[in-house]
Amino acid sequence: MKLLVLLAIVLLIIAGHQLLRIIELSRGLKKTTEWQVTSADNDRMGKILLVFMILFFAFFFWQANRWNERALPLASSEHGLKIDALWDANMNYIVVPVFLITNFFLFWFAFKYRGLSNTKAVFFPHNNKLELAWTVIPAFALAFIIIFGLKYWNEIMSESDKADKVVIELYAKQFDWTARYAGKDGKLGETDFRQISGSNSVGMDTADVLGNDDILVKNEFHIPVGKEIVLYMRSRDVLHSAYLPHFRAQMNCVPGMITTFKFIPNKTTMEMRKDPYVKQMMAGINKQRDKFGDEPVEFDYLLLCNKICGASHFNMQMNLIVDTQADYDAWIAKQKSFKTVAVKTESK
Amino acid sequence: MGSVTNSALEKEHLVHHDHVHHDDDHEESFITKYVFSQDHKTISRQFLITAVIMAVVAMTMSVIFRMQLAWPGEKFAFVNALLGDKWAKDGILDPNMYLALVTIHGTIMVFFVLTGGLSGTFSNLLIPYQVGARDMASGFLNMLSYWFFFLSTCIMLGSCFIDDGPASAGWTIYPPLSAVPQAIPGSKLGMTMWLISMTIFVVSSLLGSLNYIITVFNLRTKGMTMTRLPLTVWAFLITAILGVLSFPVLVSCVALLIMDRSFGTSFYLSDIYIGGRPLDNVGGSPILFEHLFWFLGHPEVYIVLLPALGITSEIIATNSRKPIFGYRAMIGSILAIGFLSFIVWGHHMYMTGMNPFLGSVFVFTTLLIAIPSAVKAFNYITTLWKGNLQFTPAMLFSIGLVSSFITGGVTGIILADSTLDINVHDTYFVVAHFHIVMGLSAIFGMFAGVYHWFPKLFLRMMNKKLGYVHFWFTLVCAYGTFFPQHFLGLAGVPRRYYTNSNFPMFDNLVDINEICTISAIIGALAQGIFLFNFFYSMFRGEKAPQNPWNSNTLEWTTPVANTHGNWPGALPTVHRWPYDYSKPGKEKDFVPQTVPLEEGEIDGGGH
Repeated sequence: MKLLVLLAIVLLIIAGHQLLRIIELSRGLKKTTEWQVTSADNDRMGKILLVFMILFFAFFFWQANRWNERALPLASSEHGLKIDALWDANMNYIVVPVFLITNFFLFWFAFKYRGLSNTKAVFFPHNNKLELAWTVIPAFALAFIIIFGLKYWNEIMSESDKADKVVIELYAKQFDWTARYAGKDGKLGETDFRQISGSNSVGMDTADVLGNDDILVKNEFHIPVGKEIVLYMRSRDVLHSAYLPHFRAQMNCVPGMITTFKFIPNKTTMEMRKDPYVKQMMAGINKQRDKFGDEPVEFDYLLLCNKICGASHFNMQMNLIVDTQADYDAWIAKQKSFKTVAVKTESK
Repeated sequence: MGSVTNSALEKEHLVHHDHVHHDDDHEESFITKYVFSQDHKTISRQFLITAVIMAVVAMTMSVIFRMQLAWPGEKFAFVNALLGDKWAKDGILDPNMYLALVTIHGTIMVFFVLTGGLSGTFSNLLIPYQVGARDMASGFLNMLSYWFFFLSTCIMLGSCFIDDGPASAGWTIYPPLSAVPQAIPGSKLGMTMWLISMTIFVVSSLLGSLNYIITVFNLRTKGMTMTRLPLTVWAFLITAILGVLSFPVLVSCVALLIMDRSFGTSFYLSDIYIGGRPLDNVGGSPILFEHLFWFLGHPEVYIVLLPALGITSEIIATNSRKPIFGYRAMIGSILAIGFLSFIVWGHHMYMTGMNPFLGSVFVFTTLLIAIPSAVKAFNYITTLWKGNLQFTPAMLFSIGLVSSFITGGVTGIILADSTLDINVHDTYFVVAHFHIVMGLSAIFGMFAGVYHWFPKLFLRMMNKKLGYVHFWFTLVCAYGTFFPQHFLGLAGVPRRYYTNSNFPMFDNLVDINEICTISAIIGALAQGIFLFNFFYSMFRGEKAPQNPWNSNTLEWTTPVANTHGNWPGALPTVHRWPYDYSKPGKEKDFVPQTVPLEEGEIDGGGH
């Protein structure tokens, strides 16, 4: 087989070489200058450029039309809705129009002024008014972007001032997540990476009593709807990034540092599963899963790792359930505190 | 520089020149002429051919991992043939090798193709030619620059053949992943070789850049004032300055990482528990690394882009048969971009845990850089307006560059806004953005340059028809590969995932990934057309005339020969700016820079 492929390649090269010889010989006879661009070339290329522009725009709208419904659903957090609104404003009023208009002029001029036999260029070296216009107009557009962007940024990144909040630590390691709840006292216990062991996987400082009522969960964690969730992120080994795309929340987990992000979820998992947009999206997903022969799935919020962290980076995930307050209270009451778990492991 | 110095230099050059001719005829051996050459043209060719080879390697890597992304778990015999049983058993790519390929693809493309290849080729070729100099200020350092580049290339390629595989922490090599060998196999010997290779690369880059700067400042021929320089030279000059100011920071960044890796320091490491035990390193911070890395990393983007924009300015003006619109505004925007590029690095770090207030400062500076960029795009479009456009393959690639510069640039506005960055940071939206700017724009600039200056590089012409076919395949496939990736980003797909199949939420994106991959494969195969045209024309192409594109700049006044010293007689004298195309009252539609001004004629775009 390999020999056959090799033979085919060799034959192809020989055939190509012979073909080239013929072309070279005929070129020698005609004495053309192939490289010179003729007005026929310009005419053809100018027209193709215009056709390309039309197809390019068609491709853009086709994608936007077809794939927009696969974009993440509307944000499930309060600040996320603001981000979405700002995103739409930026996209619809600045990014997409600029993309379409400037590309249009580029290709239209390329077509219109293609060098035909009678085309003459106009000597037009500069024009201060024009140049001033397209320095000042972008500046105004950018001022809009900066002002709104920074307003929201400061709101999102400011420290939590709410008394009633849920404090959770997301602990990342190669290649899974652990969520640690502050427990009844609302305070997370201190940690010490030297105390990490089989029974103390997140490195709780056993000397700190604040940590005794902390609750550790894996694979899936719950949060209540409508309450401020303050996340603290830590990492055991390398950089990770806690990415909660449905909530428009992301923050890196940095070894040796505690980072933070806060948000208020506004839709429970159950509400999301009934949302018409999400339903349609899940139908598309399940259709594809059916083709693969996989089980159908229901919508779930997810925590992903979004910073390259090693071989299984692509599979570092944890489910997240947003509950009503009552469901959440019931769930958290069933979880065991660090102290009870630790005692149990030691007595084994 | 006073005229005294210039004429003194010229006298020296004439003497030098006679001496060299003597060499040419009698003494110069194959080794000094083609291998350890100090001639800027030969060095330029060396850079170009090395970069072409590296680009083929990096492109092949991208095809392999694109196939993995579109058809995860499929068996590909050719992947096995290329990578062997260790990294692709039965033709299924290994996850560690996937990361290694992504890392080396990025490293090669950014540094070896678009920095070394682009600047190395065209700064070397065009700076002496277009300023009217016999050669670079120091031919010897220039030669060293290439050979350091070659050495670093060899080390980087060599690292692909070692037992644990090459570096695989992403091209940004963030520690601790890159610092702790237990974290990933690629952080063993592979990372050491990456770091050594990059250090040598920076030596090469510095030697080159210093030479470019000195040549532009000191060796301009008589009459060649700074405001008569072609925009290519302006772009290369600012690029070189950016390189000199930012690459040493990468070296310090790398040096500290080497210390952490090999000598037990803790610049970037703290509180790490890995491989079943806590590490001793305490007190460092990976964020320090990120600051140092991006202090180079962001100017690097413009080191990649400015030469491409410079090349395009020249090609668009020549082939529109019109002066570049707003010559001084173009210089101003190059300077503005150059300056601002040093105070925007933090926009890569909004989500790193860096103080959010610092983030807001970087939002402001980053968005400012959109203004000079917009000015450039508008000026290109206005240059086309009412022109007499000659669609050479180089011109088509330049138009492709402007299109992709706009398309990739506008999404930069989104990413620069920290609020909007929260949700698309490190997703395919970013991948789409920077590939359209660097993978399309900068590469198109490089292609444009090769097609346009091939007659000066190899004294022959490239085939036009093949150039056309190459252009259309490349443009369509490149957009086809990267445009859909915006939509992957909107669906929240993180970059550097070996497969998206472990998350049901990404299952409905399979066809988007397939479109990307199929485009990438066709686009990659289409580069065969270019490679054939390139190597074939080098030896068998039609002989180049002296000034095939009816251009004004000085390189087209040199004879069609590898003349050591560039001009056989005295150096040309410059009388005008380089953009007198279709000037009213002139017989031809171009007036070379060496033609004296007529009485009462105003230079620099005046009527």
